[in-house]
Amino acid sequence: MSALPTNYLAPSGREEAWRFTPMKRIAGLHDPATTIADRISIELIGAARPGFTISRIKAADLPAKSSTDDAVIQRVRADVSEVTHLRISQEAVVAEPIILTRKAGNGGEFSRTVITAGAHSKATVIIENAGEATIGEEIELRLEVGSNLTFISLQEWSANAVHLGRHHAIVGRDATFNSITVTIGGSLVRLLPTVEYSDQGGSAELLGLYFATDGQHLEHRVHVDHGIPNAKSRVTYKGVLAGDQARTVWIGDVFIRGNAEGTDTYELNKNLLLTDGARADSVPNLEIETGEIVGAGHASTTGRFDDEQLFYLMSRGIPMADARRLVIRGFFTEIINRIGNEAIEERLMSRIDAQLEKVGA
Amino acid sequence: MSQLVIKNLQVGVETESGMTEILRGVDLTINSGEVHAIMGPNGSGKSTLAYSIAGHPKYTITGGSVTLDGTDVLEMSVDERAKAGIFLAMQYPVEVPGVSVANFLRTAATALRGEAPKVRTWVTEVKEAMSKLAMDPAFSERSVNEGFSGGEKKRHEILQMELLKPKIAVLDETDSGLDVDALRVVSEGVNRVKSEQNLGIMLITHYTRILRYIKPDFVHVFAGGKIVEEGGPELAERLEEKGYAEYVKA
Repeated sequence: MSALPTNYLAPSGREEAWRFTPMKRIAGLHDPATTIADRISIELIGAARPGFTISRIKAADLPAKSSTDDAVIQRVRADVSEVTHLRISQEAVVAEPIILTRKAGNGGEFSRTVITAGAHSKATVIIENAGEATIGEEIELRLEVGSNLTFISLQEWSANAVHLGRHHAIVGRDATFNSITVTIGGSLVRLLPTVEYSDQGGSAELLGLYFATDGQHLEHRVHVDHGIPNAKSRVTYKGVLAGDQARTVWIGDVFIRGNAEGTDTYELNKNLLLTDGARADSVPNLEIETGEIVGAGHASTTGRFDDEQLFYLMSRGIPMADARRLVIRGFFTEIINRIGNEAIEERLMSRIDAQLEKVGA
Repeated sequence: MSQLVIKNLQVGVETESGMTEILRGVDLTINSGEVHAIMGPNGSGKSTLAYSIAGHPKYTITGGSVTLDGTDVLEMSVDERAKAGIFLAMQYPVEVPGVSVANFLRTAATALRGEAPKVRTWVTEVKEAMSKLAMDPAFSERSVNEGFSGGEKKRHEILQMELLKPKIAVLDETDSGLDVDALRVVSEGVNRVKSEQNLGIMLITHYTRILRYIKPDFVHVFAGGKIVEEGGPELAERLEEKGYAEYVKA
């Protein structure tokens, strides 16, 4: 990975992978002509506890284990000198979630993080992103045999933040990867939640929620690579859009290779448009090279408010405004409630409520 | 004592080719404590009658009137009709993801009673009502109707009826999709609410099966968007034998 060409060209925006992204708004993160600081602003909240270690390691000693053709991530890999390594010890069961916070600030940041779930360990890792930022980052999640990792990434950025990232899981034998991605803040967020399997029996669940209001561009490009037999994946992303120029992009690429017999996959994207002037793109894409699978499917819906739900609630005496609020909140809480941490769930919902109020939805 | 009076009700739906008439002059009066069975073949307009009374926006009232204790129901919004005391148990209850049954019931009770029910007595009230309908208490935490079986959805409808205490209930094919056990539990629930709250009931059904459990005082045969014959329970027995063939000809 270190042997990258130094003279590669910045993407122009006409490439398939970039065609939805407003390149002018990504602060040069993609452009070799722009210098971005090599620094790490990620920190552990609370004291160290048994069951895991967190350290900084020379980038050359912890190279990425996967390949990427993303220009920003290639730059991140080429430029960072140190990597944050969170390692959950073998067979450790970490009861309380490990919470990391990142306050990148305005200065610009390229950073890499590796999270290793040791064999037969069980833990939840939460990354909270808040404040202003111009950041390009890669998080690689390595799940060793029989491990169970829940990875929650929260994009609660301030209004002007720019965040381009790749969260790549490598799911080992009989390992379970559960992830929740919540993106409600930031001017422009473009994330690549991606999964590959290194051995059989792995399972991955990718849940996502994004909420774009006036002028926000929130893009999630899921990619699940079934290149190993007998692995399972479930992808559910829900989006809400409200206000003028609110923009979301969801790409769901699932690739079942010829040798990946016994694959079981399903992906779903649902978008709720609350006002005029918002636009959601949803592109599920399933490529199948073998018929010897358990199941493969996808569904995508983008629509306005469901009048039948409204009628049902109102027919029980609930006034229209309350009924609307219930349905919209329900759309969010379906994902938010899966976080399993009351304080965080309440914080997210109160921000969502405030944003909803602001756009009058 | 309450009275729902439907007079010469005419209802249509807007289609590409203009207004299609579905109800062609329905007359019906339901008093507290009475059970009126509305029986008719599929497509006769029974469900349209139910939804029109509840105020579904899909249907346009083109003529006639509906009043509850003298007050014009058709002028009311959907939630106002519920507050006035009209309840519709739906044939296909709607799923509302992310909204728990507990939250839904509490919100509805708050809206109907004008104030939030006292937490302790409310929880007891809900639990007791659920247990009478043989519903698992874990139901409260599930999303409204999401992943419910047919029987569970219908029990949930009757649970709401029991808790929200309407004056007049319209039961739209509450018996459809129920096995014998579920039909018995649901019917007992309806009978209990009727006797405890002196509820007036419009029981819409295609089959006579449910009438063995919920005894109708009046039977109305519905065909072609209106009531074509009326009688007592004996009319249901005749329908059981002969079916609707004589009513659907031309």
